[in-house]
Amino acid sequence: MIQIMPKTLFDKIWENHVVTVLPDNSVLLYIDRHLVHEVTSPQAFEGLRLSGRKVRRTELTYATMDHNVPTVDKQNITDPIAKAQVEALEKNCAQFGVTLYGLDSDKQGIVHVIGPELGLTLPGTTVVCGDSHTSTHGAFGALAFGIGTSEVEHVLATQCLVQTKPKTFRVNFEGKCANGVTAKDLILKLIGVIGTAGATGYVLEYTGAAIGRLSMEARMTVCNMSIEAGARAGLIAPDETTFNYISTGNRPYAPKGKKLEESIAFWKTLRTNNGAKYDREITIDVSKMAPQVTWGTSPGMVTDVSGVVPKPGEVSGLTATDVEKALQYMGLTPGQKITDLKVDVVFIGSCTNSRIEDLRSAAAVFKGRKVKQGVTALIVPGSEPVARQAEREGLDKIFKGAGAQWRQAGCSMCLAMNPDKLKPKERCASTSNRNFEGRQGKGGRTHLVSPEMAAAAAIEGHFVDIRTWR
Amino acid sequence: MKAFTEHTGKIAVLNRANIDTDQIIAKDFLKSIKKTGFGEHLFHDWRTKDDGRLNPDFELNQPRFKGASILIAGNNFGCGSSREHAVWAVLQAGFHVVIAPKKKINNDVIPGFADIFRNNSTKNGLLTLELKEEQVNELIHLVEAHEGLKATVDLPAQKIILQFTNGYQAEGEREFSFEIDPGVKQHFLEGLDEIGRTLKYDKKIAQFEKTHSAQMNK
Ligand code: SF4
Repeated sequence: MIQIMPKTLFDKIWENHVVTVLPDNSVLLYIDRHLVHEVTSPQAFEGLRLSGRKVRRTELTYATMDHNVPTVDKQNITDPIAKAQVEALEKNCAQFGVTLYGLDSDKQGIVHVIGPELGLTLPGTTVVCGDSHTSTHGAFGALAFGIGTSEVEHVLATQCLVQTKPKTFRVNFEGKCANGVTAKDLILKLIGVIGTAGATGYVLEYTGAAIGRLSMEARMTVCNMSIEAGARAGLIAPDETTFNYISTGNRPYAPKGKKLEESIAFWKTLRTNNGAKYDREITIDVSKMAPQVTWGTSPGMVTDVSGVVPKPGEVSGLTATDVEKALQYMGLTPGQKITDLKVDVVFIGSCTNSRIEDLRSAAAVFKGRKVKQGVTALIVPGSEPVARQAEREGLDKIFKGAGAQWRQAGCSMCLAMNPDKLKPKERCASTSNRNFEGRQGKGGRTHLVSPEMAAAAAIEGHFVDIRTWR
Repeated sequence: MKAFTEHTGKIAVLNRANIDTDQIIAKDFLKSIKKTGFGEHLFHDWRTKDDGRLNPDFELNQPRFKGASILIAGNNFGCGSSREHAVWAVLQAGFHVVIAPKKKINNDVIPGFADIFRNNSTKNGLLTLELKEEQVNELIHLVEAHEGLKATVDLPAQKIILQFTNGYQAEGEREFSFEIDPGVKQHFLEGLDEIGRTLKYDKKIAQFEKTHSAQMNK
């Protein structure tokens, strides 16, 4: 009898995509989906033009614009340089024959929101994009990772990437979350435990009962921030939740009918076999977990909402100087209670938390309440389809009725490349993924939280423990 | 990409951990559709004050580091986004080599560089060297003690050679060895055109596409 080596989900996807092994032992890895946006692609297309190369598989390449898009009137980009970048993408897509979901499309949105919506993100595929949060698509059991502009050009020209095999790291979330503890809290907690470089060189696979119970939207939130733990990719094995998501809704690129059935039969094989070995494993019990709030300038600088701002020298994995620098930038003193921190701005959006479920859970908090006077609350849906769905459900009315601003789809204040920016020293409760210095505007102070926690902070004007507040 | 065999230059120190790509090149400068013009914006928010004037406290603004082409940074350098603009900015500001420590805290290893940044650097000929923490500490100490200290990075020999010339208390040389992935080393030595190399496998790719599409049910 032939003994079959047990394999991890990652091993299976990887082996399915190796075109050839190169002399230096790296491999040519085949790419099934290439998503393109306006910021990291112009130099890649220019490179193709200069060397007289074509896009090898236009039908595997899809583009949209998201980073630069204004969210008040998206057709009206006033910044001439941003406009030039958006126009460059239009021109490049037309010239090279790439499908573009542009500003006038009813499918436009943040690239990591629209990929799954359109049915482009499928289990067992390889997905790349010139954007680090491509890890989001791993929620479907796709090997998905961010690449730089040189690699964008490489994939456009060859549909392959030169890769060396990463190691595997299993994160097992066991137990049942308390009410108010969300997918966002799981991933923030993990980053707090292993650090922002804890998974560098690894592909994460999230397993366990707490993951199995999550919706697709919530799984995307978890995989999205794999990169904040240092991993280029995060994976969740596809299951009924995944198959339901792909088979329902308007997903033009998802397989249908008999093809869908055959696909599901194949996707069911995409599981880590019993006895397969990971290079590293960790288990986190979620049952006693609290909602998480970041206090510093790196996503690993995070604590329970019931906690306090830490003392320099008492944070594991960080030097006292790094903590001091962060606290100084954030305008915080050790010992301050997290729930005493007042916020000026609340941002609900980004590829981490701008999907319909995120908006629903924020709306549930806003319903029948008012945003605290002096607080600006911005709700930015991840895509046009999310916006329309929210409007059908009347969520926009709840937001507006509470005094929050209902915007058009885009990245918005996640990185503040468009006009949505924090002013210096403004404190923001944000559902995005990075609290780096200046990320949301020069001098701005970002605290990363879940949509519920952000919404509650908007109502009270400071952070609250959502578990006891409701 | 140009081939890289050896580089000699002055060393600057920016000893902070987790320097992210938003710090290296702020989003305000990502709107360009060109590959040039990023160097002057390197570390913009640290380099300049709110009124736009140079911040004299920022390490790289200090005269002692002027003209440096080798940068020593803290661990996890280049974390954050995939923007290759960060690498272009470092290169265009005149740096050819970045050195960062691989740290050990209990059983955990914190690497010198974030993955995507390191990849992007390799594609552009920016050499990223991961040294042991003790080595980096000693290097920093030597740079602090010897203003204007220069080093030669010898890639074939995998050595960083410090030159203590006249004016310094110590004279002579001091060497640090480093490790590097053989594939990456070759890539630098040859100044490889990676797309050109991959296109040589065109037949293999086409072959693969036939069976792969069937298997993926497409
Ligand atoms: S929402 Fe933020 S993190 Fe996501 S793609 Fe846009 S800018 Fe990047």
